[in-house]
Amino acid sequence: MPEVTLDEVRHVAELARMALSDEELERVRRELNRIMDYFAELQQLDTEGIGDTSHAIPMTDVYRQDEIGDSLPAAKIVQNAPDSIENFFRVPTFMEEE
Amino acid sequence: MAFRPMVGLEVHAQLLTASKMFCSCPVKFGSEPNSNCCPVCTGMPGSLPVPNRKAVEFVIRTGLALDCKVSDYCRFYRKNYFYPDLAKNFQISQYDEPLTYEGRIDLAVNGEPFSIRVRRTHLEEDTGKNIHLSDGRSLVEYNRCGVPLMEVVTEPDFTSADQVREYLVQLRRLLRYLGVSTANMDEGAMRCEPTVNLVDEAAGQATPIVEVKNLASFKAVHDAVSYEIDRQHWCLENDAEMQQETRRWNETEAKTTVMRIKESADDYMYFPEPDLVPLTPEREWVEEIAESVPELPLARERRFVEEYGLPQYDAEVLTEDKQVADYFEAVAATCGDAKSASNWVMGDFTHLLHESGQTPDTCKLQPENLGKLIKLINETTISSKIAKDIFPTLFEQGTTPRQLIEEQGLAQISDEDELGAIVDAAIEANPKAVADYQSGKEKALGAMVGYVMKETRGQANPGLVNQILREKLSE
Ligand SMILES: [Zn+2]
Repeated sequence: MPEVTLDEVRHVAELARMALSDEELERVRRELNRIMDYFAELQQLDTEGIGDTSHAIPMTDVYRQDEIGDSLPAAKIVQNAPDSIENFFRVPTFMEEE
Repeated sequence: MAFRPMVGLEVHAQLLTASKMFCSCPVKFGSEPNSNCCPVCTGMPGSLPVPNRKAVEFVIRTGLALDCKVSDYCRFYRKNYFYPDLAKNFQISQYDEPLTYEGRIDLAVNGEPFSIRVRRTHLEEDTGKNIHLSDGRSLVEYNRCGVPLMEVVTEPDFTSADQVREYLVQLRRLLRYLGVSTANMDEGAMRCEPTVNLVDEAAGQATPIVEVKNLASFKAVHDAVSYEIDRQHWCLENDAEMQQETRRWNETEAKTTVMRIKESADDYMYFPEPDLVPLTPEREWVEEIAESVPELPLARERRFVEEYGLPQYDAEVLTEDKQVADYFEAVAATCGDAKSASNWVMGDFTHLLHESGQTPDTCKLQPENLGKLIKLINETTISSKIAKDIFPTLFEQGTTPRQLIEEQGLAQISDEDELGAIVDAAIEANPKAVADYQSGKEKALGAMVGYVMKETRGQANPGLVNQILREKLSE
């Protein structure tokens, strides 16, 4: 199992929008490598002929019918928000990306 | 220069379901902010999404109409990103296992056929809406969040902006035919993002791929693609630097400008959505959906030309809307005169539909009754003038034309004796016209025909009046 590098930790931290100090980056790198050791153990299992598994329960095709149900009152939707006005969430302006 | 354009297209279409993709909130626009929301579509911890079966059906139906294969196993994925248009910091989408894939559509521009490969049609959820204020803050609301969104992705097979526009026109018509989306671009129910670059296959060279955003109409898409092709050619000729980037179309200045440069942060860390189990559309269901796919608009357009002998223009107009096309066929079947049926449906009928804000399915006039009206004209029971006069009443009341004609005493007079007497009076009253006609002025007949029509309130059979007049005048 290849070692997790500092650059990889930096990249993942950036994706997660986490600002880490140099010490933190190094600590996280060590911790991630310890986690990777567990995967190394799992790698030893024979998984020949087994597809990638994303669910532990063997269940497929759970649907709901296209029927309208109750929504929550708008006031309830915004009640936990740090800031809201007239039932809009209010946030610091963000750059229009897409 | 051997560089040629290579354009691909991503189209998003909101699906016409009653409820959202993963919860039972209504799909409704123009509501109060955050009033069509629940814990699922606002990503509250512990809430559990459940897919809308109808939305899955709509995507499969579209895929089948685009000649795609249907996956027998596919999953939803989380597309992770930080942007408040989704409350949960990820969008439920599909990744490398789309619902349908590898299709194609055959089209033509100015009689030049071309084929576009469809890479995939998949399902995801729409995002919320943002309003940016001038005070450095933004408002966010999630009524649109979680509305089922279908993505149709082509291979980069387009070689011109005209081809792109034709594809969009045909795709919109298709989506409407299938009843899966309104596909209205101005309402944001259909959105598209082209990717544009230039390739020189022989030399194995290509310009970096540019994605264009902020396109609110077919015209904008066409113009932006055209601009981007020209810009990249210009860059090549002038050795200007190009990079992989997203550019924004500026409608007023008619040009694209850099929006953002693609970088490593464009890593969406896709992983299978643990809250949703895989989909394995069963064969019988897919077959059932396949049977629900109607004759497709392009095929129907061709058939209208071949089967009914209609001009290409008529065929195009009539097949733009499925209800109109169905209506036309029912009218033509009743009257057996396709061209007249087409004229009436495209003309007076469409006019009154628009005026009254109705659709062929909701209006009172049954197509059979319009067919009968045309038949009455063709059998010379009524004149086409009278038919046009009574049409608004027919349209409004939905009665049979015969009933209305009898009620109003409008049947055409085709009785030779009755008409003969009126023709005699016409000759009597127009000595000058008689003299003119007899001295060779064919047009002079008009005055006498006009007299007869006036006397009969337009109910005289004009062909017969002409015939009787000529006979009497040559005696
Ligand atoms: Zn909801």
